[in-house]
Amino acid sequence: MKLAKKLALGVALAFAAMTTAAGAADMKIALVVKSLGNGFFEAANKGAQEAAKELGGVQVIYTGPTSTTAEGQIEVINSLIAQGVDAIAISANDPDAVIPALKKAAQRGIKVISWDSAVAKEGRIMHLNPSSNELIGKMCLTLAKDHLDGGKGDFAILSATTTSTNQNTWIAEMKKQIKDFPGLNLATTVYGDDLADKSYREAQGLLKSQPNVKVIVAPTTVGVLAASQAVKDAGMIGKVYVTGLGLPSEMAGAIKSGATKEFAIWNPIDLGYSATQIAYHLVKGDATGKPGSDIKAGRMGSIKIGENGEAAMADPFVYNAKNIDEFSKIF
Amino acid sequence: MSDVAESKRVIPDRLGTKTSRILASWEVLLFGVAVLIFVFNSLASPYFLNAWNLSDATFNFTEKGMIAFAMALLVIAGEIDLSVAAIIALASTAMGAAAQMGVGTAGLVGIGIGVGLACGAFNGLLVSGLRLPSIVVTIGTMSLFRGISYIVLGDQAYGKYPADFAFFGQGYVVWVFSFEFALFIALAIAFAILLHATNFGRQVFVIGNNEFAARFSGIPVERVKFILFLLTGLMSGVAAVCLTSRLGSTRPSIAQGWELEVVTMVVLGGISILGGAGTIAGVVIAAFVMGLVTFGLGLLNVPGIVMSIFVGLLLIVTIAVPIIARRVREMSR
Repeated sequence: MKLAKKLALGVALAFAAMTTAAGAADMKIALVVKSLGNGFFEAANKGAQEAAKELGGVQVIYTGPTSTTAEGQIEVINSLIAQGVDAIAISANDPDAVIPALKKAAQRGIKVISWDSAVAKEGRIMHLNPSSNELIGKMCLTLAKDHLDGGKGDFAILSATTTSTNQNTWIAEMKKQIKDFPGLNLATTVYGDDLADKSYREAQGLLKSQPNVKVIVAPTTVGVLAASQAVKDAGMIGKVYVTGLGLPSEMAGAIKSGATKEFAIWNPIDLGYSATQIAYHLVKGDATGKPGSDIKAGRMGSIKIGENGEAAMADPFVYNAKNIDEFSKIF
Repeated sequence: MSDVAESKRVIPDRLGTKTSRILASWEVLLFGVAVLIFVFNSLASPYFLNAWNLSDATFNFTEKGMIAFAMALLVIAGEIDLSVAAIIALASTAMGAAAQMGVGTAGLVGIGIGVGLACGAFNGLLVSGLRLPSIVVTIGTMSLFRGISYIVLGDQAYGKYPADFAFFGQGYVVWVFSFEFALFIALAIAFAILLHATNFGRQVFVIGNNEFAARFSGIPVERVKFILFLLTGLMSGVAAVCLTSRLGSTRPSIAQGWELEVVTMVVLGGISILGGAGTIAGVVIAAFVMGLVTFGLGLLNVPGIVMSIFVGLLLIVTIAVPIIARRVREMSR
């Protein structure tokens, strides 16, 4: 069924490409993904198409290899160079190996940017991160505040391992910014090692040993899922809430049960939308993409490019009972 | 059931007087497919008939094709090497490590080819020395060779190759003809001579048709097989030099899954997977067919998954048509 659908889609795409190739004076922006058949990237494509429609005169070519290899992406890049696309926005399978191919693209006048998964800086004009550590830390605190009565009270962090770079950076950001959230108190931090069973037990422990803790913040998809299960199993729904960073498809149950009111993660639709907007403005020439400059990205507002040509798109996107059904189908 | 028995009985027929005609028809058929694809691509995309674009397209198959030549000989002799992609990974890792220590371009090429030869020798020793089945040995060494790369590199990458090292994968000999493409053609000629015009090539065919008889005829079966594994390792080393140079970096996941693409190329080229039959010309055409298909469909932005379906169908059709044609001919006799 799925295969038939994809096949039909492929044929339709091929046909569409054939019919539009001749007369199109459109700007062609290629959205190159790590591999096809991945919900996250399908969603990004949805955003890219939205941007194309909004801008007008833009054709988005959504493409990528079948398996997540750098060699496969290079073949894709070569065929895009051959078609003379105007811009390539890539989520790279390898930050280094795609560089020679992308440099060749740049030599032929193609604007190259990376998004989601970066290309090393010699290979692209700029890289679009879905968010930044600072914004993620802030979002976690905001989520904790929103779950507490009057925004005041104790919360605990359930992290991955003590050596997880990402989680440690985010927790450090939370500690740094907590002064902006008066009344919010971090009771303790525990580590579930990103294992479902250990995270579950750590969450259970928190419920018993820290009766003042009303919110568990887990900045890891494994932790947030395990903690909401622990809260549900302990019959503490409504008394203790779980929030943090999670995947909509995994967290749909927790939202339904009420263990979580809302959680956050990047929105792939916005990411594809912004990447397309940025590529458009680079081709138009009304933005340079140089560090320190700004690029307009439609409804996402203006995006500032930082050092190393890296930019952060926005705050992580908040998911709740209103939008969970839509996104749980996507990723 | 009867089908199996029948096909087993049919195989020796290939040695009969009709052999040459059937084999010729295979290459002709494949060549026809290649021409069809070429024409279709030219009509379907305005970007296809462009010298530089076609030159870019050759990179889709040159490295895999080089290995396919050696693999063809191995398959004709009734053996297989599934570790070729892993050899690329290990050779590339060794070159990367050497490049970090400041080894020059000539040294890097030597190391890449040397590691390839060493891996081939290791496979060869296990197969012809210990008389182990090659499919089992090379599935093992596939994990072994790539495993070493993963231990050395982990999630890291080697970069910083000397600037002139880029020539092998990114340089051009004349006009649009890349170094890789020139090497591919030169190797095709060399392997065609080796297989079709030397004693050694004849011995390879004999071993593939009947190893038992080959031994009784005084053919040094084990030595021939060892040399074939050495050759496959050598070509994997050469491919590693080209690919590493083209990518300008090394990761342990380099050339992942290439062993199957190489075997596909060999089988599509009309090399009998049961051994004993096939030509280098067939493999050359098969390499072009696969390269043209992936590039042509890529130009139309056909998703990769549809591309693999297309290659799969192509493989089945090109293999089925001559067999069905032969059946029909036999029935009408």
